[in-house]
Amino acid sequence: MTVAAESSVAEFPQRWEPPLPNSRGPITEVLFKALVGRPGALGKVPSNERDPLSDDDLHLALYACYEIHYRGFAGVDARWEWNPALVSFRGQLEQAFESALIECFRVTGEQDPSTVKSMLNKIANRSGPPLSRHLRDKASLADFKDYIIHRSAYQLKEADPHSWVIPRLEGKAKAALVEVEFDEFGCGRSERIHAVLFRTTMDAMGLDSRYGAYLDLIPGVTLAPINLMSMFGLHRRLRGAAVGHLAIAEMTSALSNKFVAEGLRRLGYGADATGFFDEHVIADSIHDMVALHDLAGGLLEQDPSLAGDILFGASAWAGVDAAFAQYVLDSWSRKEPSLHTPGGSRLS
Amino acid sequence: MSNEPEVVITAYPDGPYLVRGAYKIVDANGNDIELTRRTVALCRCGRSSQKPWCDSSHKSFNFRDPAKTGRSTSRKKNTSDDPPSHL
Repeated sequence: MTVAAESSVAEFPQRWEPPLPNSRGPITEVLFKALVGRPGALGKVPSNERDPLSDDDLHLALYACYEIHYRGFAGVDARWEWNPALVSFRGQLEQAFESALIECFRVTGEQDPSTVKSMLNKIANRSGPPLSRHLRDKASLADFKDYIIHRSAYQLKEADPHSWVIPRLEGKAKAALVEVEFDEFGCGRSERIHAVLFRTTMDAMGLDSRYGAYLDLIPGVTLAPINLMSMFGLHRRLRGAAVGHLAIAEMTSALSNKFVAEGLRRLGYGADATGFFDEHVIADSIHDMVALHDLAGGLLEQDPSLAGDILFGASAWAGVDAAFAQYVLDSWSRKEPSLHTPGGSRLS
Repeated sequence: MSNEPEVVITAYPDGPYLVRGAYKIVDANGNDIELTRRTVALCRCGRSSQKPWCDSSHKSFNFRDPAKTGRSTSRKKNTSDDPPSHL
């Protein structure tokens, strides 16, 4: 909350396009080889027997496909965005990911719309891996920096994936989503955009705050929740899932961000580093209510048939986010790096 | 914000008061508290460490909405099955 006056120095000092990351397997090899050329044909997705909820190769490929809709990459022709071969390639990756999400997190059968809010509260109150408590109480500075790098993959484009959903809603649900998004984007003040506050945190910790600078280090298990947001946002048929995901994300955010801010203060950091997290304690205490009662509640009033989709999005988000948290905690407890080494291969 | 005709304060179920409209918030001495957003949440449970703002402390002790215990304060028409109560 106190960073605003100082943060103009973090305002896009120069034009920067993130580099295309290194490939991590057969899927990204095919994809990245094509992307450096003119938009044209692209082969089928190579088969992959690994876990579609976390696989490194699949999720980096999917992340890159989506990234072409957000900021793009240096040296990649922007016309790839609507290239039919790339849209088809992305669709195959999405099918593998979505099928696995449905298998793990979709409750079968009709859902009673009148129980959705209490079900969302139950999902939000489930105890997950204690990552934010660990950050508050125990994490070393090195672990903390790793954590910030993991989060940079989303936080530097925070709330962008949900903006795809705005034209897919109407009435109370649309007004609620825009109320949340307006806050995420700084209420008309660019220095208060949440992604800009995160850059200030990264700068204060001596990290590279340029968009996409760390993508090569970030594993698939971290990219999966972000790909979930983009997939839900970019498919109108999944708008209920997008709303369910956002509701749970907002309902579980304030207290965990409070713990992270306390962890940074424990390590001696001041308001420039903690500002992003302090802001989220206050902002998400508002968004929590708006997202549950006005966004999810509003959508249910308009279309009760989306009850199952809303709960699916909520459960899927909670599941992939918990997998990320558990992976990071497990890596640290084994004294193994949770990030890849620069160069694309894994240390462990 | 100054063109808006009214202030709406909404008590959300088991949560804070959300304030929307043309308002200002002052401290005990009448000094303006800086507003950085259009919609704010005011602590209702009494346990926030950042009053007047809600910091989600109500979640830590399972705060329950006193309106549910029979107090009737609604003067606006509610349409939702589990609506926020408008004061």
